[in-house]
Amino acid sequence: MPLLPLAGFAVNTLLGRRLGQVAGWLATLLVAGAFAITVAAVIELLGKDADARVAILRGYDWFVSGNLRVAFDLRLDPLSATLALVVTGVGALIHLYSIGYMAADGRRGTYFAWLNLFAAAMLTLVLAQNFLVMFLGWEGVGLCSYLLIGFWFTRPEVPAAAKKAFIVNRVGDIGFLIAMFLIFATVGSLDFDQVFGRVGSLAGGTATAIALLLFLACTGKSAQIPLYVWLPDAMAGPTPVSALIHAATMVTAGVFLVARANVLFQASSAAAATVVVIGALTALLGAVIAIGQDDIKRILAYSTVSQLGYMFIGVGLGPIGYAAGIFHLVTHAFFKAQLFLGAGSVMHGNDDSTDIKEFGGLRRVMPITFVTTMAAWLAIIGFPLTSGFYSKDQILGAAFDHGGVGMFAWVVGVATAGITGFYMSRLVFLTFFGERRWPEGRHPHESPPVMTVPLLVLGLLALIGGFTLSTFTGVGGRIQEFLQTVLGQAPEAGSATLSAFWLSVIATGLALVGAGLAWYVYGSGRVYWLAPRARFAGVWRALYAKLYVDELYELFTVRLGGALVRFLAGPVDQDVIDGAVNGVAGAVSTGAGRARRLQTGLVRTYAVGVLGGAVLLLAFLVIRSSA
Amino acid sequence: MTVQPSWYLVLSALLFTIGVAGVLIRRNAIVVFMCVELMLNAVNLSFIAFSKLNGDLNGQVLSFFVMVVAAAEVVVGLGILVAIFRKRSSTSVDDVNLLKG
Repeated sequence: MPLLPLAGFAVNTLLGRRLGQVAGWLATLLVAGAFAITVAAVIELLGKDADARVAILRGYDWFVSGNLRVAFDLRLDPLSATLALVVTGVGALIHLYSIGYMAADGRRGTYFAWLNLFAAAMLTLVLAQNFLVMFLGWEGVGLCSYLLIGFWFTRPEVPAAAKKAFIVNRVGDIGFLIAMFLIFATVGSLDFDQVFGRVGSLAGGTATAIALLLFLACTGKSAQIPLYVWLPDAMAGPTPVSALIHAATMVTAGVFLVARANVLFQASSAAAATVVVIGALTALLGAVIAIGQDDIKRILAYSTVSQLGYMFIGVGLGPIGYAAGIFHLVTHAFFKAQLFLGAGSVMHGNDDSTDIKEFGGLRRVMPITFVTTMAAWLAIIGFPLTSGFYSKDQILGAAFDHGGVGMFAWVVGVATAGITGFYMSRLVFLTFFGERRWPEGRHPHESPPVMTVPLLVLGLLALIGGFTLSTFTGVGGRIQEFLQTVLGQAPEAGSATLSAFWLSVIATGLALVGAGLAWYVYGSGRVYWLAPRARFAGVWRALYAKLYVDELYELFTVRLGGALVRFLAGPVDQDVIDGAVNGVAGAVSTGAGRARRLQTGLVRTYAVGVLGGAVLLLAFLVIRSSA
Repeated sequence: MTVQPSWYLVLSALLFTIGVAGVLIRRNAIVVFMCVELMLNAVNLSFIAFSKLNGDLNGQVLSFFVMVVAAAEVVVGLGILVAIFRKRSSTSVDDVNLLKG
């Protein structure tokens, strides 16, 4: 499966410039081919018994060193199949969309080469059978992310954003590396089956350490507190890239990792609770910051951060929430990819402007973009019967049933649902409704079919993805049963004090209240839409400045880190370390200078020395024998 | 009055001390050489004395070794001395201080 996109990468790297428009179609077809293979594989999986739905493709030995044997094994089970379907399916649509979006760009060949390389790396990640192959994919997607964020490297802020993404990810990757070392040191293997089989023999502390280190890697890749800051800046890349990498697939790698390593997280309740709390806090923080942004892609980026938080709540809860978390991952891939592509379509029609203050009233000129975005909007705010409604509801329901940390996550999650309703509606109302606010001389227009077709497909999936994958009532569900082989049976909901129905009424109700508020402020025309900004100027400034988190990080990393480095380079390195080295050399030199004078060249002085030595030796012998 | 063995030792020590003093004090290399010979022969004397006292021949054998080595040493030493004298027309050991640090 990963071979097809990899081939596309090779061809497009070598020939991309000459292929021109063909490069895009080639890349799209190859990913679509991978999708077809995945579908065939899934159908084959479905034909087997539920317990036998694991296929391991034994590859060649990658390397053998001592008792470490790493093979290039691939694993197809319901979990990796689900992810592979999303990666190839949504990926193929976004490749298709890119053909239209990047039509005017001279470096299409390079772009599609990198996009294909990303698809290959992502497939390696999800299909890996041991931690090291997964890490290979993990780093591969990080590299492609860096390359694609920095695709328009001539703009000044773009390389900075790319570097930020890469460096912040490195911080998390260190966690992955150390976790792998720990796993190998304690278990002696990196193969999933062997590691998970022996988790029971691990000491509690070790399991917690491994799980927390893995989660550190997840916070980097999946943009959670404290490492989420790179994702909003990553919007400097082309919009389809944001859709594919920074919404639908790569950022969900962390969620996938937690689900894949669920045995490890179950072995440590502390680590699992950390995942839930971090997820909940990130969901809230992302949603709050999203309120105050004016850049359409940044809003979506913070929204992604927030939705990823939901997924981590889900997978952190244990067996009760795994399926819900992965389910939300899938539906989120649908509606967030659509939202990004819709935003890209809006930008495409508006001279690449991303400022929602300059849109307004676009629904008449961009009908398809408008309709499909509305579908995704309904999904993300959790409007009943849309895909987001089912998946978010299942996460919140699982959190409520879980109790304890889950209860905290439920409260935060419900509040976040309300905020989500507000900021997403604000985005939609300001962009598509109301008066036109775009500057003179700009002629917004609908995008070509090659872009609207993916929009239509994704919009449709955002609407119906929920009950087709789950069930109409939202209890149990097909995807849950499918994932059971890997993630274990979810326990029956205990004696919940509130029924599932009322739980979803609360969450959905709050989301609708948020949406209604947004309509009142931004859509109804009864309030001047800039008025709240002036009224709550202080709050607005804080939100607009992203709650000063970047500044805080700069303070800690750049200032304090810089001061520390200067201290190390100045006093410590020059004075202490160099001083020690130079001091030793100096002492030897002075000592030698003094000792030099002993060598007079006068034979008789030496003779005195010999005599003195002989006398001393003799005296010693005499004294010893007499004593 | 018979000759006591201790007399030999006293004489030996006396000769050795004269040799040491000569080596340390005199500058003329030839005299220094003679003083070294004096020290060696003082030791030889004590070897012989102890050999006679203990009634075994080891000491006498050893004194022959010393004589052989001393002869060889004198040959080499006088050779060096002649070479130095040709170069510097001096036999003072204090003039030969090229190896000072």
